[in-house]
Amino acid sequence: MDIIQIVSLGLVAALLIILLKEQKASVAFLLLLFTVIIIFLSILDQVRHIFTLLSYMAEQAQVEPVYFKTILKIIGIAYIAEFGAQLIRDAGLGSLASKVELAGKLFILMLAIPIVTAVIETILNFIPGQLG
Amino acid sequence: MLQDATVLFQIAGIGIIVAMIHSILKQMGKEEIAQVVTLTGFIIVLFIVLYRLADLFQQIKSVFLYQG
Repeated sequence: MDIIQIVSLGLVAALLIILLKEQKASVAFLLLLFTVIIIFLSILDQVRHIFTLLSYMAEQAQVEPVYFKTILKIIGIAYIAEFGAQLIRDAGLGSLASKVELAGKLFILMLAIPIVTAVIETILNFIPGQLG
Repeated sequence: MLQDATVLFQIAGIGIIVAMIHSILKQMGKEEIAQVVTLTGFIIVLFIVLYRLADLFQQIKSVFLYQG
């Protein structure tokens, strides 16, 4: 699905949304949500290819699969949180959007904690003497 | 891709038709029927969109190895 189709779909959807906005703001928002979903679904295959390539390279470099899995999860959470927050902000509810973003950050932090502890432990092992 | 575009136009069509019916019924004086028609139109569009949203989240889960 090349870029021209995506851009034209986005433009047509934008026009329809503006057309619908004054009569039916709710249906206009649903139309916006539908368009965002379609566009992302169409590029999801490319993202899948990229991630399989990255995981192949990670295996070649003998990187811990756990770390790479966590990175993928963090990217997924970040994307979904940003997806929701952006849509809610477009609907005009800034405060709700920031709460969704806060929740996303929290989940990412939760995922990052084991990695951070691992890094700190390795650093402490480098320091000789009583700290080690 | 084409069938996504047709669904897009269907949603826009439903929205416009519901808005027209709402205003026509309002002129005829049947307020409550107008509200019901508006609600049903909104629910139909909601179902269409939520079906795709569930599909999107399912694919995101599979792509990002996100079992959590």
